[in-house]
Amino acid sequence: MSTIRVLVGTKKGAFLLTADGQRKNWKVSGPHFAGWEIYHVKGSPADPNRIYASQTSGWFGQIIQRSDDGGLTWNTPGSSPEELKGPDGFPKGESNKFVYSGEVGTHKWYDGTQHPWEFKRVWHVEPSLTAPDTAYAGVEDAAIFKTTDGGKTWRELPGLRQAKGHLWQPGAGGMAVHTIILDRKNANRIYIAISAAGAFRSDDGGKTWKPVNRGLKSRYELPDPDAEVGHCVHRIAMHPSRPEVLFMQKHWDVLRTDNAGEQWREVSGNLPTDFGFPIDVHAHEPETVFVVPIKSDSEHFPPDGKLRVYRSQTGGNEWEPLTEGLPQQDCYVNVLRDAMAVDSLEPCGVYFGTTGGQVYASASGGDSWKAIVRDLPAVYSVEVQTLK
Amino acid sequence: MIRVVLPFHLRNLARVDGEVQLEVAGPATLGAVLDALEARYPVLCGTIRDHGTLQRRPFVRFFACKEDFSFEPPETRLPAEIVSGAEPFLIVGAMAGG
Repeated sequence: MSTIRVLVGTKKGAFLLTADGQRKNWKVSGPHFAGWEIYHVKGSPADPNRIYASQTSGWFGQIIQRSDDGGLTWNTPGSSPEELKGPDGFPKGESNKFVYSGEVGTHKWYDGTQHPWEFKRVWHVEPSLTAPDTAYAGVEDAAIFKTTDGGKTWRELPGLRQAKGHLWQPGAGGMAVHTIILDRKNANRIYIAISAAGAFRSDDGGKTWKPVNRGLKSRYELPDPDAEVGHCVHRIAMHPSRPEVLFMQKHWDVLRTDNAGEQWREVSGNLPTDFGFPIDVHAHEPETVFVVPIKSDSEHFPPDGKLRVYRSQTGGNEWEPLTEGLPQQDCYVNVLRDAMAVDSLEPCGVYFGTTGGQVYASASGGDSWKAIVRDLPAVYSVEVQTLK
Repeated sequence: MIRVVLPFHLRNLARVDGEVQLEVAGPATLGAVLDALEARYPVLCGTIRDHGTLQRRPFVRFFACKEDFSFEPPETRLPAEIVSGAEPFLIVGAMAGG
């Protein structure tokens, strides 16, 4: 029977939730890295026992952790003294070293002046689809890094910041690469998203990038609603079978593109509010999409105190609320952008975590929900591994 | 032998329980102690000082013999009590209110 492993990053540590394919009885492991903020935990599709975690702290900075045994034990990659001694006898200690390439450069600051890039933390780690030692890291201030040695060293792909980086500006939550999507059909194609710069695509493995924001409209956030860059994209999702179709939850608006980001169109339809953070696609139905509407950018909680996932089975525009098993009164949690994921069992499992510490799961494609754990620290990220 | 007390999270990261004891070659300056600490526990590189600039991270403090050395330059010599091991050198995470 299959096993499901849910990887949860929280404000105060990481948790691993496991169950068999019935997805009824869950075992909770953690906290791992107790007391540290865990922005993201994700397993390698090429080797499910290989898991990367971004561990960060306002005091002590960025740490990358890696497990090679499915989360039983963890190590900072390459941190044994033997591995870290350079030829001059000094430690290299580079597994947590994220240094921008070349001239640091500047981006737009809150007051409109130019401000130098400053590394703060890793928001998202995206392991390669084929090579366990290769992974990408989306960081704040916005940039993308790559490792090809299992996280021992990281090198920036500086072409991203050449895509009009001087015009990017942080939002209230900072300026970070929070979404990285790898194309299963085209190994050279990568999509990323930045708050608050927009969506970008590379067709040469990350060497060069171009903004792909045509069709996004930010009437209340930007002086030019149709600007080429500057949009606050919250999340992008793709179904692996159709990599040219993407769904986006923007600051306001839910959108889709059918041509790899060349043109987007709004599909918010009958959503009660089209503000929100996460968006994901059903594992077996490429036109079935899930979002969690949030009241507004000023009130980050569900409308009317009712936690509702909305599902469209038509690729957008027509949405239905999914409420069974979710609190329908006095609920004022948020669901952050990296905190929703799906498994690949039949029926498809859908999972999301809240800032109130609950992780909800549906083993029925969203028809009904159950809290599989409910008193964790605020959940930052949720990823799912379907293990055979 | 210089005794160094690490904050809770860095003890966990370095996988040590109590104090760390370090041999420091040459003059026992602030920078030399941190160099020796990072050489012994490479996982701590970047957690106390920035990787590139070697500047102290903003919310890390250095205390020795009831004095705050956080703002002293790296070539600052530490007190004799620290050098002899009579007193520990403290690396502290700054207080967080709330």
